[in-house]
Amino acid sequence: MGGSILGNRVLRKEDPKFLTTGGVYVDDLLDEPALNGALHVTYARSSVAHGLITGIDYSDALLMPGVVAIFSGADLGLQPQPSAYNPMATRTLLAMDKVRYVGEPVVAIVTETREQGEDAAEAVIIDYDVLEAHVDLEKAMASTNLLFDACGSNVVFDSMVLGLPDNTGDAYFEGCEVVVKGRYINQRVAPCPLEVRGAAASWGTDGRLTQWLSTQHAQGAVAPIAAANGVDAAQIHVKTPDVGGGFGAKIGAYPEELLLGVIAKKVGKSVRWRETRSESMVGLGHGRAQLQYVTIGGTRQGKVTHYQLWAIQDSGAWVDMGTILAPFMTRPMSSGVYDIPNIECRTTSVVTNTTPTVAYRGAGRPEATAAIERAMDMFAAEIGMDAAEVRRINLIPKFLTPHTTVVGQTYDVGDYETSLDKALVAADYKGWREKQKARRASGDPKQIGIGVSVYVEITGGVGNGESAKVEIQDNGHALVYTGTSPHGQGHATSWAMLASEQTGIPIEDIELVWGDTDLVPIGTGTMGSRSLQQGGNAVFAVAAELVNKAKSVAARLLEASEEDIVLDKDAASFHVAGTPAVSKSWADLAVAEKAAGGLVHSDVIGVAGATFPFGAHVAIVEVDIETGKVRHIDHTACDDAGTVLNPMLLEGQIHGGVAQGAAQALMEEVRYDDDANPITSNLADYAFISAAELPSVRVVHMETPTPINLIGAKGIGESGTIGSTPALQSAVIDALAHLNVRHIDMPTTAEKVWAAVQSAR
Amino acid sequence: MIPAPFDYKRASSAAEAISLIGEYGDESKFLAGGHSLLPLMKLRLAQPSMLIDIGRIQDLSYIRDAGDHIAIGALTRHMDVEKSPVLAEHAPLLAHAAGHVGDPQVRHRGTIGGSIAHADSASDLPATTLALGATYVAQGPNGTREIAAADFYKGFLESALAPDEMLTEIRVPKMNGASWGFQKFNRRAQDWAIVGVAAWKRGTESGVALVNMGSVPVLATSVATAIAGGASIADAAQLAAAEAEPQSDLNASAEYRVHLAQVLVRRALESNNA
Repeated sequence: MGGSILGNRVLRKEDPKFLTTGGVYVDDLLDEPALNGALHVTYARSSVAHGLITGIDYSDALLMPGVVAIFSGADLGLQPQPSAYNPMATRTLLAMDKVRYVGEPVVAIVTETREQGEDAAEAVIIDYDVLEAHVDLEKAMASTNLLFDACGSNVVFDSMVLGLPDNTGDAYFEGCEVVVKGRYINQRVAPCPLEVRGAAASWGTDGRLTQWLSTQHAQGAVAPIAAANGVDAAQIHVKTPDVGGGFGAKIGAYPEELLLGVIAKKVGKSVRWRETRSESMVGLGHGRAQLQYVTIGGTRQGKVTHYQLWAIQDSGAWVDMGTILAPFMTRPMSSGVYDIPNIECRTTSVVTNTTPTVAYRGAGRPEATAAIERAMDMFAAEIGMDAAEVRRINLIPKFLTPHTTVVGQTYDVGDYETSLDKALVAADYKGWREKQKARRASGDPKQIGIGVSVYVEITGGVGNGESAKVEIQDNGHALVYTGTSPHGQGHATSWAMLASEQTGIPIEDIELVWGDTDLVPIGTGTMGSRSLQQGGNAVFAVAAELVNKAKSVAARLLEASEEDIVLDKDAASFHVAGTPAVSKSWADLAVAEKAAGGLVHSDVIGVAGATFPFGAHVAIVEVDIETGKVRHIDHTACDDAGTVLNPMLLEGQIHGGVAQGAAQALMEEVRYDDDANPITSNLADYAFISAAELPSVRVVHMETPTPINLIGAKGIGESGTIGSTPALQSAVIDALAHLNVRHIDMPTTAEKVWAAVQSAR
Repeated sequence: MIPAPFDYKRASSAAEAISLIGEYGDESKFLAGGHSLLPLMKLRLAQPSMLIDIGRIQDLSYIRDAGDHIAIGALTRHMDVEKSPVLAEHAPLLAHAAGHVGDPQVRHRGTIGGSIAHADSASDLPATTLALGATYVAQGPNGTREIAAADFYKGFLESALAPDEMLTEIRVPKMNGASWGFQKFNRRAQDWAIVGVAAWKRGTESGVALVNMGSVPVLATSVATAIAGGASIADAAQLAAAEAEPQSDLNASAEYRVHLAQVLVRRALESNNA
């Protein structure tokens, strides 16, 4: 026996392609016959944040070179569509009477080349009666100037409509020895996948629409595309080429994508669309964007007894997925890793004249973690206790059977103190505290800051299972079909490892099929760190079933009883126990089963629920107190994602997660001026972090398997982001603790740090 | 992200380039490395109808010891300025500053002449050559003329070059052993400076110029005057922004920029590079 492939640092099968010839993304589909001669769609977008459309004139644009057709919403007969999360809010896929954010698509232009489309878009004249624009959440809440009149308010969702109680205010903390309050801004950030959005649409002679889409969830796009085109879902075929990142923002299909079939039908030709980076910065959904009112209370000995959070979620200018992250992701996780006997958490979601918010790496959990971790730090500072020690006092003790917090969320397994201890030791927490002390004593302008966070999050909260199919080809190679949708994660490698473990077929002979709704009709996609624990789990289970099926075929061929057939995984062949000389390979069995429909098994494998990975991060920064400049100089991450399938892929997820978490803590922020004009809509203005701003990340391994699925795995895709952000923010503030700075909102830019030092002095 | 339509001509000599720009006039622009102009065109903030590509004029890329100064051809790429042994010996401040322009890709494409002619106060090399007391050579239809760096920068992206003139050479006085410092304060390694400082000092003689402290690169003459008068570096640095009119923008308030200039001028002058 060669031993199990699981748990090994198997190199990514997909990398040779990505590192040499490159992936084939939507915009690279040049050899696709159906897109031969496809026309290009460009959208003319709103240049004002809030306004009534009083006129659309594209007569000059129609005369420009290469222009084939131009459509307004009226030309396409678009009807208002209700939001899935608040049906009183409606919009048309192209804005018709009203625009609600800068960048909202208003007119579709069809041209022979992309370049002609951009020229023609400049010649489209849209007149507006400009309305007051909302950027400030609290002003929007109080205003009678509404984005969606039928909602009766700019508040479009509140946890109280779910029957949950309101917060009771300061009265809740009567009897607490120590009470600390904070108002935290968890700022709006842009997901910035390397590949921006793109799609193409082509009607076949059979009356079906094929749509190529840069997406995280092809199967989820079928119904909205069918609805937009007024056809049955069976008429829609979605195909996913390589996808260059999504981070949650490519879960749902966008208006620009949904309209392509409609436009293709109008012009009688296939069409393609790809946004520019500047369009993507305002058109692709944004993430985070929460304002948090936090109160924490407890004893002088460090026990937290009461915690109250009011999370005000910025939905942006549409009631999209961002709206429901606060009530359904932030609120359930408001207790974090702590045993707090009394918690109140209300969430309120508000529309503003900004880009709609969607899921972004962590999606509601980073916000919950940032709130409680920041509150813990302020509580520790108030009672003069070490931040790591206060956490230790309040941690939920190790549990290997489900634990339910007072907000009603049940966690699967947890051992938070061990993760904290491991991270503190690996980071040399004590050593850094000594260095910090020495630096402070020396009066050096470069001060050391140390930040600690302990977190727990929900993964696999989306979907309750996943489809998988394993099919053996005549040559003995395997095709693995999955309902998940890789866009950087490495499923081609990991799913091959799982199938190989069961079948003995080498991973290089296993190919992955995904994101094609004709080939994989059932799938929940890749989001919420669900893929391995649901999709990988399904592949593992289905491959095991296929081995059983194969044994019965082998029994027939070898004229033996099924119970006597064994699979020799090293040889990838079946034989009768004790007589390995006579064997049947996977190819033999596949050929033998050909007439009976092939050697194949498919199923949808359910899981019992979500899992709750946890961990601890220690961030070290150096802060120049003369200029405010922050340097992230060291980082330790101990993330427990249960049983690890491939440590190299796990580390990659943590590295990327820490980068995006550090980016939010230190520099990234989508900003608008007072009239809601975006002022960070390119990567020169928006501080997309680079490797030069990051330290190497020290990854500390810890594995507490979950009982929820067969493979013991929890999600790892978002943990790095969730754990690192509060640790970094805390480190920056900690560097200034001796100057009496208690809080700085993210991003902790140099000027904000400098201003905090000035005002504390 | 797609430029407006434009025409394109490639010049094989400075004389041809000047003749072409004379022919096409105001709506034309020289294209050298393209790392300032092309982003502006992609954002459609610049829409020249004709680009005259001077990037392949071979005889304008050189770094020569010319006695009291170093002569640098306008089309010399940042990477060549950064790596030049001649500059390392005689004008190390300039070589060092060139190593902080953008990122390696930018430094392999962008040119020193392009950066100076673009006259962006947020760029590193205009201020650095200003601090060093450089002279720029411009060639027009009627021959060449010299323009002192101190007289060159006229306003936001505006220089003393006539529309039909081309910058051909940068002459940088030898530093003769002066100590120097370069401070670039930015968010990310590849960003423009929020505030930058190029400074040198030799006894009581000094030169200090500021990056991104107004619409033009700023020569901080009050600092140099104070040092010449015997002031300490710390005291002189307090005058860093005396000649500056900084703006508030996305990355910094004017007040913060003034503070940064003071800190960074002090640090630059205290640097012991030589």
